[in-house]
Amino acid sequence: MDIFTATNITKQFSNHKALDHVSVSVPEGSIFGLLGPNGAGKTTLIRIINQIINPDEGELLFYGKKLKPDDIAFIGYLPEERGLYKKMTVGEQAMYLAQLKGLSHHESLKRLNFWFEKFEIKSWWNRKVEELSKGMQQKIQFLVTIIHEPKLLIFDEPFSGFDPINANLLKDEILTQKEKGATIIFSTHNMASVEELCDHIALINHSKVVLSGLVREIKKTYKTNTFTISYQGIDENLQTFLPASFQVLEERVDPDLRHAIIKLPDTASPNDLLQPLLPRVTIHALQELIPGMNDIFIQAVTQQPSSTPTLN
Amino acid sequence: MTILGPLLMAATIIIPIYLATQNNEIKNVAILDETGIFIEKFKDSDNLKFHYLTSDIDSAKNTFHSSGDYALVYIPKTEVTLPTNAIIYAENTVNINLQSYVKNVMGRHIESLKLQARLHELQTDKKEPVPVDDILRSIKTSIDINTLKIGEDGQESKSYTEINMALGMFSGILIYFFIFMFGAQVMRGVIEEKTSRIVEVIISSVKPFQLMMGKIIGVGMVGLTQFLLWVVLTFGIVTIVISTISPKDINKTATEQMLKRNEAISPVAADALLAQESKPQEGANKVIEAIQSVDFPVMIGSFLFFFLVGYLMYAALFAAIGGAVDSESDTQQFMLPITIPLILSIIMAQVIIQDPDGAVAFWFSIIPLTSPVVMMIRIPFGVPYFQVILSMVLLLLGFLGATWLAAKIYRTGILMYGKKVSYKELWKWIRLRER
Repeated sequence: MDIFTATNITKQFSNHKALDHVSVSVPEGSIFGLLGPNGAGKTTLIRIINQIINPDEGELLFYGKKLKPDDIAFIGYLPEERGLYKKMTVGEQAMYLAQLKGLSHHESLKRLNFWFEKFEIKSWWNRKVEELSKGMQQKIQFLVTIIHEPKLLIFDEPFSGFDPINANLLKDEILTQKEKGATIIFSTHNMASVEELCDHIALINHSKVVLSGLVREIKKTYKTNTFTISYQGIDENLQTFLPASFQVLEERVDPDLRHAIIKLPDTASPNDLLQPLLPRVTIHALQELIPGMNDIFIQAVTQQPSSTPTLN
Repeated sequence: MTILGPLLMAATIIIPIYLATQNNEIKNVAILDETGIFIEKFKDSDNLKFHYLTSDIDSAKNTFHSSGDYALVYIPKTEVTLPTNAIIYAENTVNINLQSYVKNVMGRHIESLKLQARLHELQTDKKEPVPVDDILRSIKTSIDINTLKIGEDGQESKSYTEINMALGMFSGILIYFFIFMFGAQVMRGVIEEKTSRIVEVIISSVKPFQLMMGKIIGVGMVGLTQFLLWVVLTFGIVTIVISTISPKDINKTATEQMLKRNEAISPVAADALLAQESKPQEGANKVIEAIQSVDFPVMIGSFLFFFLVGYLMYAALFAAIGGAVDSESDTQQFMLPITIPLILSIIMAQVIIQDPDGAVAFWFSIIPLTSPVVMMIRIPFGVPYFQVILSMVLLLLGFLGATWLAAKIYRTGILMYGKKVSYKELWKWIRLRER
């Protein structure tokens, strides 16, 4: 079931169209990546989901029902532009934000205690926010985002500004939340994190969705039936043993191994490649070249075929 | 803004001057002088025109309302001494200019009469010369002016112009400071939320309008608490100090000591001094009487109303500015249109207090942006109920309008970072349709 569906969302700002009939559906329990170049409309869509701004057109469904103001109790949001009151103490502030999400005083205190212990930040409770480093502040921001145990978590560029250690902590925590049953939407430029985390993506470019679906299926459609093969045994060019429809794109020679990248005809399987080679060479490795999200992103955004893969 | 700024500034200087010069509607003042010694002594000025009545005081009072005169100056007959008091009747509180003019004319004339008599006396007595100081002291006259309000039904009540002026000025200035201080605090709060980037976290939980109104009301409550604390503490301190030092004792001993030192002082002068001595006592009584004459329920009620609604209206505008800019240094261009009406009402206070029923006072106390300060200056002098109610209704509308406008600017502005906003841009935000 989809936890969240947006259909034909359009948002016009005074001088440009931020979203143009954008439709996305987020399956429950998934990690959904919202990708796109700067200014594509990701933040606008996220703000619409959070009901910070209203769309001009389109429909928003949360658990199959029309999204309503009360639903914010089930949503946790970490904006890209995030901060805290500098003069307030950490504890006061965390309590305030937790209660703003509808938790009782008692419940807020209990949950904050748990998280502060988990993150080993108990000693910060009475310190002012301005005394903390940026990374420390981000930990606080993260934990107040999830404090009310929302069903849907939305992170806008969560990894920007995090150092690698905190980014890792965040990544682990996102995965933990997913295991607990939360659905996560996050927008990012960081394609490595998409590969690592996302099951689903939607790619927005120039206010429109240009690509969406399951990550592995998207990858399948972007596959070019290209393999890299590592072998031993002959010195000649591999092409001499293969039919002309099998293109050897590149070859490299190491001291004891030879490598080649071969593009197969669309109908051919890797077995068809191996058959003519097996009698002549010893195969050490055969691997399909699956395009990275980075390539897919560039290809979808620039509308150009991806650069030919290389052996490095 | 480079052009608009000087224009607005010039307007704040020119408008009051223009209005003040325009403000010479002539006031007719009737004089009923039973003593007959001030005939032709009152001279017409730019806005005062005197005419003399010969009827008796009762019929003069009866015809006062139908005569259309601004005031009636009554100098009662005295049997033995020279006349030193006058009563001014008017529909409302008497304007301070007229009071001081009457006081001046009478005082000077009586003093010159006394001087003549004294010089004559000295000439006939041919005694040893008397120091000039003594002569001057002996002719010194203080004129007592009582002002009475005379209602349509002929009912009379005392009025106290000075107290009214002080009270009006005090409450007007208080409102002015309150609006400025706490309005600016609202603005700084909004800017802080914006620059610290917490605002988006919060408006994912509450609506921008709620956040804005919450801030305005919260700061207002802080302000009100602080204000009440001041009032209570000031009252407490004044009461304690007054009850420990009695001003009467101080004066008495001072005069007596002076008399002991100056044994050679002439009897006339001593008389005058002793007469003077009773003055502070009389003055204190007058102050107490005057304070009792103030209609405190109306005063406090209207003060709280103009204080709060005025603050709410301005605070909404301040919040809009805070939402539109990125830092406090960018606020200047938007501050001007808001601060000018406020400053203007304080500049105009001088004109209004001289003539609390004039056209200038009326318009400034009706227009919502200036009414909180100006109406409060006028209230102690007595303002017709329909004007007060009209002003209150308009102020409430002004508050709603300002809030509506501010909400639109605020809603868009708080999510806008690093963009220098112009008036044109603000106008676009206001027109932005939102479902």
